[in-house]
Amino acid sequence: MSVTATIRIQEADFDVAREIAALTKGRTDVGAVVSFSGVCRGDENGEPIAALTLEHYPGMAEAEIGRHAGEAAARWPLTGLTVIHRVGRIAPGENIVLVVAASQHRQAAFHAAEFLMDYLKANAPFWKREEGRKGANWIEARDHDDAAAARWTKS
Amino acid sequence: MKVKYFAWVRERIGIPEETIEPPAEVRTVSDLIGWLSSRGEGYAYAFETPKVIRAAIDHAHVRPDAAIMGAREIAFFPPMTGG
Repeated sequence: MSVTATIRIQEADFDVAREIAALTKGRTDVGAVVSFSGVCRGDENGEPIAALTLEHYPGMAEAEIGRHAGEAAARWPLTGLTVIHRVGRIAPGENIVLVVAASQHRQAAFHAAEFLMDYLKANAPFWKREEGRKGANWIEARDHDDAAAARWTKS
Repeated sequence: MKVKYFAWVRERIGIPEETIEPPAEVRTVSDLIGWLSSRGEGYAYAFETPKVIRAAIDHAHVRPDAAIMGAREIAFFPPMTGG
């Protein structure tokens, strides 16, 4: 791959503006930066939740995101790529995940960011548990997340 | 080999990881799920619907028919819900 992706899995929150600035600072070859932030909603299927707890598979999570970041960098001409995924307890309104893709032109940046998010949701080993009124429950995977990832498979 | 469990698979079995020595006739991921299921109530509950269980060998996703020979670490978990 032509760029080195920054991949972090952490309990701490992240600063979206700082992560975007890190991909453009001191360079004049970047024409487009797309960022996606996943944020914790205050409800799940219409039921209010107090918080989410994110569990992950240390080692594999980094490896899996790294493989997809490498594929994104091979498919689109990127100048920078950052993926941050939080783990642990996350309250409604807080950040969960960030993908930032930078390129000379917007199309590559849009596509790479969307590709990475679709793959992350379906293939990266993270699991969400919600704390609701009736106790804690593991959130079920959604079929449309698998379908979203599958549409990027080259025919 | 080391086996790791995550999310509700971990909760149902009751431990996050263990070292196992399955017999030689346990050749695939699917065989291993069957063998583990016979080890107790928690295992049987965790693997009661094998088709929803996802597996990884040495940090890479694998299908149920994947061979386990030579694996250092095998993980079992539910469909992923990150992002």
